[in-house]
Amino acid sequence: MLEVKTQTGDASAAGPSAREAPPLVVEGLSHAFGKRQALREVSFQLERGDRTMLLGLNGAGKTTLFSLITRLYNHRGGSIRIFGWEIQRKPSEALARLGVVFQLPTLDLELSVAQNLFYHAALHGLPRREAATRLKREIERVGLTDRLRENARTLSGGQRRRVEIARALIHRPKLLLLDEPTVGLDVASRQFLLDHVRMLCREEGLAALWATHLIDEVDDEARVIVLHRGQVLAEGPVPEVIRRANATSMREAFDKLTGERLE
Amino acid sequence: MKPVHYYRCMRGIVWREALRFLNQRGRFLAALVRPLVWLLIFATGFRFVLGVSIIPPYQTYIPYQVYIAPGLIGMILMFQGMQSSLSMVWDRETGSMRTLLVSPLPRWYLLLSKLIAAVIVSVLQAYVFLIIGYFWGIHPPRWGYLTVLPALILSGMMLSALGLFLSSVIRQLENFAGVMNFVIFPMFFASSALYPLWTVKQANEKLYDICMMNPFTHAVELVRFALYEKFNHVAFAVVGGCLVLFAILAIVGYDPGRGLIARRQGGE
Repeated sequence: MLEVKTQTGDASAAGPSAREAPPLVVEGLSHAFGKRQALREVSFQLERGDRTMLLGLNGAGKTTLFSLITRLYNHRGGSIRIFGWEIQRKPSEALARLGVVFQLPTLDLELSVAQNLFYHAALHGLPRREAATRLKREIERVGLTDRLRENARTLSGGQRRRVEIARALIHRPKLLLLDEPTVGLDVASRQFLLDHVRMLCREEGLAALWATHLIDEVDDEARVIVLHRGQVLAEGPVPEVIRRANATSMREAFDKLTGERLE
Repeated sequence: MKPVHYYRCMRGIVWREALRFLNQRGRFLAALVRPLVWLLIFATGFRFVLGVSIIPPYQTYIPYQVYIAPGLIGMILMFQGMQSSLSMVWDRETGSMRTLLVSPLPRWYLLLSKLIAAVIVSVLQAYVFLIIGYFWGIHPPRWGYLTVLPALILSGMMLSALGLFLSSVIRQLENFAGVMNFVIFPMFFASSALYPLWTVKQANEKLYDICMMNPFTHAVELVRFALYEKFNHVAFAVVGGCLVLFAILAIVGYDPGRGLIARRQGGE
């Protein structure tokens, strides 16, 4: 078994007592920019250990969804709960449990790798000594220990991404969001990221939501959410989604579901 | 989140700002060279053009470079304030603003920390300027170096808050030339930084009114008086009031519900 399932429980459970609350529950989420409806009644749920690929074309609403989950701005309808905490009512509790790797590179290129990581730890209120221990471990896991003192500018794109993953995990979130993390990376870096996140989900019970428009990144062991024009067209383990769509591959399933072709 | 988390978070933000500033040595030099050029060249050239009569807080006739020193300190504070607001726009473009905004502490607190970090850097610059100025004939009373500190902090916060607010509203702020033309130069020239306002009043009443409404004038006067161990009530009230106003506007600008960020993110 690759996925550690826990009892879903009452989906409306919220608040500090809901320790068993699922990592992420999105319910009836809608959002519009002016007249353009970016998201329409989006609902899904992530369980512990779930590695879920959010698959959609550019413009499907992936980035909007991520912006709402990370509370860059408020959603207008529906709810987002992170381990039971509603993001708008209890942003601190929700954000403290969330790790994010953004689509754009976000390392401070004026600072060293270690300084970048310490800065992140400080934002989460970690004491310096504790931060030092944790960042050593995280940077070791992405194989960049020897680069710790170097300026972030000297790192390659793939290495920067690895540092960003390490950074996202320093405050030990149990939910990780990755917004098209492999864009612009070479094959090896991309594979490293995929393997690393797979390992995190399998061995540490981390729940991960990975947005992508690259169908190759969706493997059979993952779950998938097909997002198209702001709506969820299918959700579930990849083999099941393929079966329900009467298809033989994820690519075929996507084409059938959306009537459009994917990269 | 406990108070100690708040403390660590602010310390981290200030630390990062200081590191960034020190790492960019060019920026440090540029920030110092600018007011020094004004002091060493402009003031020398103009000392015989502009006659300065005895006006408070000065008790004797003063050379021109002594008159413009507080104005140049104001310039340092303003440039730094604008620069940090620019770096926030830049941060937002490159995404490192987002890593700040997804951290768990309340957004107003994160902005406040940013503001304080910017002010600490600019106050340090102001003191370096005063030390160099000492060798150019700027000799305020000894305690003036201490009494000017609160004025520097308050004025610096006001100007940084203005920068923060602008960064939340104006998208094209990354173009520094634009900020120079539309914010820094008008505020700097329409103020008491370079000439006493009574000379402006003689020349043009309207311009005088504009200068009096310019918060930068009051920031400069607050610093000028404090440097000579005096307290300017009006300047204090205006600078304090503007600080509150700009801070509120900045917090609204970055509010996830009403903020302009929310309305702006039209595309994917």
